[in-house]
Amino acid sequence: MRGWKARIGIAGKKRRPVPNSQATANSGPDGGEHGENHDHPSYLRHHFHSVEQQADAANFAMWIFLATEAMFFGGLFTAYLVYRNWYFPAFVAGSHQLNVIWGTLNTVVLILSSFTMAMGVWCAETGRRRGLVLCLSLTFVLGIGFLGIKGIEYREKIEKHHFPGLQYNLSSFLDPQSDPDVFKQYHDKPLSLDMARHTEIYFSLYFAMTGMHALHMIVGIGVLGFMIFRARAGAYTSGHVTFVENFGLYWHFVDIVWIYLFALLYLISRH
Amino acid sequence: MSTNTIVSLPDQSTATLPKDNYLNREYGLLSWLLTKDHKRIAILYMVSLSFFFAIGGAMAGLIRLELLTPQSSLMSSDTYNKVFTMHGVIMIFLFLVPSVPATLGNFFIPMMIGAKDLALPRINLLSWYLYVLGGILVLYTMISGGVDTGWTFTTPLSTHYVNTNVISTCMAVFIAGFSSIFTGLNFLVTIHKMRAPGMTWFRLPLFVWAHYAASVQMVLATPVVAIAITLLMLERTVGIGIFDPTKGGDPLLFQHLFWFYSHPAVYIMILPGMGVISEVISTFSRKRVFGYKAVAFSSVAIAVFGFFVWAHHMFIMGISNYAVLVFSLLSMLVAVPSAIKVFNWSFTLYKGSITFEAPMLYAFGFLGLFTIGGMSGVFLGTAGTDIHLTETYFIVAHFHFVMVGGMLMAFLAGIHFWWPKMTGRMYPAKLSQMAAVVTFIGFNLTFFPQFILGMLGMPRRYASYPPEFQALNVLSTAGASILGIGYLLSVLYLLWSLKYGEVAGDNPWQATGLEWQCQSPPLTENFTEMPIMDHEAYDYAWLESKNRDSRKEEAPSAE
Amino acid sequence: MSEPSEHAHPIVGPGVYLVILFALLVGTALTVWASFVDLGFWNPIIALAIATTKAALVLLYFMHLKYSSKLTMLAIAGCAFLFLTLISLTLAEYISRAWGNW
Repeated sequence: MRGWKARIGIAGKKRRPVPNSQATANSGPDGGEHGENHDHPSYLRHHFHSVEQQADAANFAMWIFLATEAMFFGGLFTAYLVYRNWYFPAFVAGSHQLNVIWGTLNTVVLILSSFTMAMGVWCAETGRRRGLVLCLSLTFVLGIGFLGIKGIEYREKIEKHHFPGLQYNLSSFLDPQSDPDVFKQYHDKPLSLDMARHTEIYFSLYFAMTGMHALHMIVGIGVLGFMIFRARAGAYTSGHVTFVENFGLYWHFVDIVWIYLFALLYLISRH
Repeated sequence: MSTNTIVSLPDQSTATLPKDNYLNREYGLLSWLLTKDHKRIAILYMVSLSFFFAIGGAMAGLIRLELLTPQSSLMSSDTYNKVFTMHGVIMIFLFLVPSVPATLGNFFIPMMIGAKDLALPRINLLSWYLYVLGGILVLYTMISGGVDTGWTFTTPLSTHYVNTNVISTCMAVFIAGFSSIFTGLNFLVTIHKMRAPGMTWFRLPLFVWAHYAASVQMVLATPVVAIAITLLMLERTVGIGIFDPTKGGDPLLFQHLFWFYSHPAVYIMILPGMGVISEVISTFSRKRVFGYKAVAFSSVAIAVFGFFVWAHHMFIMGISNYAVLVFSLLSMLVAVPSAIKVFNWSFTLYKGSITFEAPMLYAFGFLGLFTIGGMSGVFLGTAGTDIHLTETYFIVAHFHFVMVGGMLMAFLAGIHFWWPKMTGRMYPAKLSQMAAVVTFIGFNLTFFPQFILGMLGMPRRYASYPPEFQALNVLSTAGASILGIGYLLSVLYLLWSLKYGEVAGDNPWQATGLEWQCQSPPLTENFTEMPIMDHEAYDYAWLESKNRDSRKEEAPSAE
Repeated sequence: MSEPSEHAHPIVGPGVYLVILFALLVGTALTVWASFVDLGFWNPIIALAIATTKAALVLLYFMHLKYSSKLTMLAIAGCAFLFLTLISLTLAEYISRAWGNW
């Protein structure tokens, strides 16, 4: 049975012997022979001619990716602005249902995590392996903390039947006094039936925007876990900091999105 | 040298394909499925694109068959809705958007700039897998009953009033969209960061400029349709109310977000084709492209202006009159750079040494048909006439002229132009020229009557129509069969040439451009030495002197 | 280490990061406080201004945009411009609906 894979053509990457004169492109960083003597770092991919070019390209690629992410959220921000313009009272009432303390705490947590991430990049750049592991771990913990707080907030909203589409409950808006915690703070006036219905759009946008943001956080935290693993093995503190740097860009971007979400969703008008 | 053609093939009695090239460096299925070589990925795309083109084409055949008779005799109206929706979704997202960039762009951009591969080869492979996944989801949609909303998924029809597979189609488009985003991202990084020494921006082939402009659009516009589709799916499943008037939502918001991508999408589709045309027209008139900088900047201008005109697809949908005014005006602007390019290509032809190989015939077809299609777009951009012409066959004719008469012809031109480089083989010349002519005739017969039908008032997306429109519809269907024959011919002789075609040699067309300076088919790493760009683009004088030098080297005793 | 450095830009130190952190926290406190004060139509403008300032600080210093190439800055500027185009043209359409038919 040996050799059956070859016979049906899934033998994998078998190479035919390549004569030196043809395949050893002189454009490699070590010129001619590409045999045993690699005097370039092992992480240099062969279609790049130098480490600088590779790092530069990877960095630019991450910035462009962040631009696509920005346009992705852009659609949500457009929807938000359109409906806030149309249904301002509903948006105010909906925003009062969000706990500004949790929101502010989340913002502080995320800003701190951006700081620890930036410090992590500095540790990688200056070869501080233990510092890097510490910073990445702190960022990880803060990220989990953010998600935990978000979870608490979501549960609160779902318990109050403010999740769009799932037995959405208008009573807090038709009769604000039935919701004493919120009424104590803001003394909202009751909304008309029409305007009360529009709070469902506010919450749609709230869950869509913070949900999309949370999804990005989850991906980020996953990658962080992987990075902590690799950082402990010293992968990022011997000159090859591209991965940490570019991940840092992603993490900061997620922070920037939250900064805007916080201002737009939580702080509409609390006076 | 023959004055009829410029095809200069090596002596066929002794010529062989190069021993070592990207096709036989590694073998086995996994070496293709796990490849990082941009050329192999381009071939993977070509195969899968052809597959989906065939399916989309079959849908088109069904449409034309149905429209032979005024009543909906072949299929029910519901089925007809599903057929044209699938035709649109497949042709746009699974064929036109990736066509030139994913095949010819992937293959040749690194070679044209003197690089060994794209900047992110694994992301390139991921792009292909995402494309295939999107395609599989579309196939699933077709098997499980189709979707009948039209490729535009207009709300609230798609959110509240249909029972078909909107979600799976939306997922397919979402995933294929990310394939497109990653391709564009790859191109942008590659073109900025991996040009060979001496390859300044204004020495780049215009093919690269065109792909650069299209990539900017791919990267910035596609995410917006992704979010539009996500919201659509949420609306349909959870009922969030964002496009639902009963909850205060606005269906037009979906259209704003959808068309914010889908208008730049048409430029994503056509710009790479225009890049091909620049290369082909220059090569087959032996002349540098007239007004290089004008063409380069026009590509970028199309990309930029293309972002500002999306609501011209919404003139009758209920947007404000002021928006209609503004978007109509902006739409006039976007026609200008395209016109500049057509003029420049025409001036390239003037006093050139023109020969009529198949790629050039397709390019001529492009010039005429794209111009007609583009001009019909001006009728549609003018709000007053649009009110009469929109949602009729005039629109169908307009976009088929630019997309099929324009883009598909450009794609065929590109395939025929670079086939010898990609495969090392040449296809039969007379047969290819005949196929080009047949395609051109078939195309005009199919789609020109549709302009008239539209002006007469026949609505689009209808399975049945008033009997007075039948004659033109029959003409259109007849043309479609001729068009199909033209395409089939191409596929057949191209496949035939893989085994039996003449060996092409490095530069059968005697074209400038770095990709023609290496062997056909190329090595896996493209070049044996890092190329240094020391001449301008389309520099035929440089090519001539290079040929003279190599002839002197080969025959020193003759002097 | 003999490996070549990958950095085209200077290494930003903890001092800068601490200052930016402080500024961000102050900004957060400010924006929360401002939302509790009735400033009429200035409220949303101030909220967005503070948010944009915070975002700019993160972009410039945490994300090293200040030390990056002109190309990167151009790319971000282009993206921001397009973002604003999407929002403003769409919003303009919505707002002008209320103006009636001429």
